[in-house]
Amino acid sequence: MNADSQTAHADRRWFLNRLLRASLGAAGIGALGWAFWDRRGPRPGEEIASSDLLPDFSIPDQTQRLAVVHGAERSTNVAAALAALGGMERFIQAGDRVLLKVNAAFAAPPLLGATTHPDMVTEVARRCFQAGARQVLVTDNPINDPASCFALTGIAAAAQSVGAQVILPANHRFENYSLPNGRLIRHWPLLREPLRQVNKVIGLAPVKDHHRSGASLTLKNWYGLLGGRRNIFHQEIHTIIAELALLIKPTLVILDGTVSMMRNGPTGGSLDDLKPTQTLIAGTDPVAVDAAGAALLDKTVDDLPHLRMAERLGAGTVDYRSQLVK
Amino acid sequence: MHIVTTRRISQIFFFALFVWFCVVATLGERWWQLRGWPINWFLQLDPLSGLGLLLSTHTIYAGLLWGLDTLALTLFLGRCFCGWLCPYGAWQQFMGYLGKCGLAASDRIARNRPHPAQRIKYWLLALLLAAAAGDLIQWLLAAILRQPLAPQNGWLAAALQTGLLDPIALMHRTFNLVMLPLVDGRAYPGATMIGALFLLFTLLCLWVPRFYCRFVCPLGALLGLLSRWSAWRIGKKENRCADCRLCERDCEGACAPAGTIRVSECVLCMNCLDPCRHDLIGYRTQPSAAGQHESPDWTRRQVVTTLAAGLIAAPLLRLEGAAAAGWNPDVVRPPGALAEADFLARCLKCGQCMRVCPTQVIRPAGLQSGFEGLWTPMLDFRVGSSGCQHNCVACAQVCPTAALRPLSVDERLGRGEFTEAGPLRLGMAFVDRGRCLPWAMDTPCIVCQENCPVSPKAIFTREVWQPVRDGRYTVRAVQAPRVVLTATLVPGQYGTGDYFCRSGRGEKVAIAANDAESFTLAPGAAENALPTVGEVLEVLLHLQQPYVDPARCIGCGVCEHECPVQGRRAIRVTAENESRQRVHRLVLS
Repeated sequence: MNADSQTAHADRRWFLNRLLRASLGAAGIGALGWAFWDRRGPRPGEEIASSDLLPDFSIPDQTQRLAVVHGAERSTNVAAALAALGGMERFIQAGDRVLLKVNAAFAAPPLLGATTHPDMVTEVARRCFQAGARQVLVTDNPINDPASCFALTGIAAAAQSVGAQVILPANHRFENYSLPNGRLIRHWPLLREPLRQVNKVIGLAPVKDHHRSGASLTLKNWYGLLGGRRNIFHQEIHTIIAELALLIKPTLVILDGTVSMMRNGPTGGSLDDLKPTQTLIAGTDPVAVDAAGAALLDKTVDDLPHLRMAERLGAGTVDYRSQLVK
Repeated sequence: MHIVTTRRISQIFFFALFVWFCVVATLGERWWQLRGWPINWFLQLDPLSGLGLLLSTHTIYAGLLWGLDTLALTLFLGRCFCGWLCPYGAWQQFMGYLGKCGLAASDRIARNRPHPAQRIKYWLLALLLAAAAGDLIQWLLAAILRQPLAPQNGWLAAALQTGLLDPIALMHRTFNLVMLPLVDGRAYPGATMIGALFLLFTLLCLWVPRFYCRFVCPLGALLGLLSRWSAWRIGKKENRCADCRLCERDCEGACAPAGTIRVSECVLCMNCLDPCRHDLIGYRTQPSAAGQHESPDWTRRQVVTTLAAGLIAAPLLRLEGAAAAGWNPDVVRPPGALAEADFLARCLKCGQCMRVCPTQVIRPAGLQSGFEGLWTPMLDFRVGSSGCQHNCVACAQVCPTAALRPLSVDERLGRGEFTEAGPLRLGMAFVDRGRCLPWAMDTPCIVCQENCPVSPKAIFTREVWQPVRDGRYTVRAVQAPRVVLTATLVPGQYGTGDYFCRSGRGEKVAIAANDAESFTLAPGAAENALPTVGEVLEVLLHLQQPYVDPARCIGCGVCEHECPVQGRRAIRVTAENESRQRVHRLVLS
């Protein structure tokens, strides 16, 4: 009898224990469920947060300056143009971190002129370091395989030879970016990370024929900062180039027309497509530089609608003559 | 009332309710059609759906909170859901009953012995949950590290595949796509395999009662894991008994109530209570006097292995690339579908959207979107009664998990507050000029243009006057409005209203009719447009050739459905330009 009542007691304790656990378990599950309860479901158009705005990389007292020099040797041309503009020191100071935005679009040898010539990279990077730059980065988001492009164009070797660092356009380096008042550049992947690491940006572009836009000069060169399925923008190529002109305010752009790709652009592929135009244009307003460069392709500003569009957006002026340094 | 009778009534009631919910998931105005019934209630009550979505989206969407009730009930009472509520359980039990009719008690007892394979369902549960867990893990890591992880973190993909084996999703899929179509004559490509699997597990029940519940069911496994804590449970009052095992004669869960009971296997069928002549077995508040196995028969090693396999399975499935650059444009998802990876993290493959679609244009996918996308909804504009009605949001409203998020008609049509966003696009139509009658075969048609529901129409036409093959005739005489020719014609061949003739002066004059030797020109042909004797007339066919305006096309597929080229349609919708994935944008305008 006594034993029975003891068993009953133990059973009751066991049950109460169980009941307590079940209650706690149910309460815990309930609380967890409540905490994660989503009453309304995923909402439409929840856009991925946009990156913060790009800074202005230009030098306030060096705006609207442009130099045109002639010669068959790129390094000499660069030296002459920079000298005309007052020297690299006007643009690069001690401790600066500089990004060279090259055109490395295609995995083609430098001989074919489809990409920024490695001599340009060597010369400009070297002069940046001479002016006191702490770091020089070289980047582009090419059309062909990035690593192959930087290797075959000779840009990687050129950068390495003077201590500049090539930044490949890996996925994580892109951020969604919206250009204020932009119509096309909205929530669009931008090669943002290298732009975060620097305080100066120099654009280095070759002179090339471009079948869709008329010409690929320093403005079209910024296309290589875009990611994603950017070729959709070819539907409005002039609008996108004008927006690119608004997107980035560089420290300096250098248009290398030592040799120009006159036809079959922007890939080229034959020496027959090239012409020794023996001209190099450097300036702080890419719109003006491109307006000056149009002639190298036997074109005028009117053949390149994006230049006037960029001007109307306030990105620069096509009247390059007013900017020529004396 | 007898407890077993009560249980049977409960099972019949919930089974009938389930079938009723499937039936009324039909859009229409008759009494047996959709009118506010909670048709997703079983899916919501199913905690495997809720838990799966918690793991794959770190949220529990709306009605899925019902699953908490099932979990709480299980903590107190054990697996009552399996034995009393689950429609698939009821079906299995009934088939098991048919299978054991006329068998000797000893044979029945033998069928209900615990089998080592019963642990398989726990493996499957661990596998499915781990495969879905990527998102919650990523969310927790981000919360701990206080920064979001790289979005393309391939190692932490979340693949919600519980719906493959979840009994409620399986039942819905089977009833929506197989059972009811057998009655109402709908056709779903892919339904055969779904039906065959259901048949297979049904037949296996004739051999082993509740075959699916015992060996496969991941929901049963989940509730089995919880029932170890249940306050009430089946057990023996005393250890000592005659060992007649009659209590195991009809034991549905194969949980060995005569010996050391396997608590996690017991489905509370209560069939063990009555046969005991000594009244030793009861549904009690104490542990069984004969001892009990509280946890399922699986080792820690197996738990770890299956969890790891599941975690690896998700990124492995993603390697197919169907949710990335390798996306299949033939997979056009229903309106409201989230971007593919988010969609796959939510879809239970239950087929509710397919059932509710008034035009039955939604079908279960095969492997078009990879293994992950099996049985997920995609649009097939050849089946069903029309394309996707552009003012209908039934599927998006019905979806129990917001894999198709709840849309309003305004949002779908781009009206009201959604004017700026514009209409929802499912994809875009492309004219196949090699198959299109007016483009390739000198045959007037433009059914696609006529049926385009968008206003202004997304399909427009351009007119051409195509010289007819062998259609040059010399004029023998002119008797206005008749023009007699030197050749012999098939009477009426140019009398369709689409033919014109052009004289040397280049003016087109409509042909109203023709007999064996002459045209009758349409009245009103100018006197000076009449040909002269000896002149050669060229017969022209007036064609309107369809074009698609990418800025207006919403991909509803009405054009594809209506296209008279019935095999491979001459206008077809693919997922290009679909709203749900910005990266698939085709045009800037």
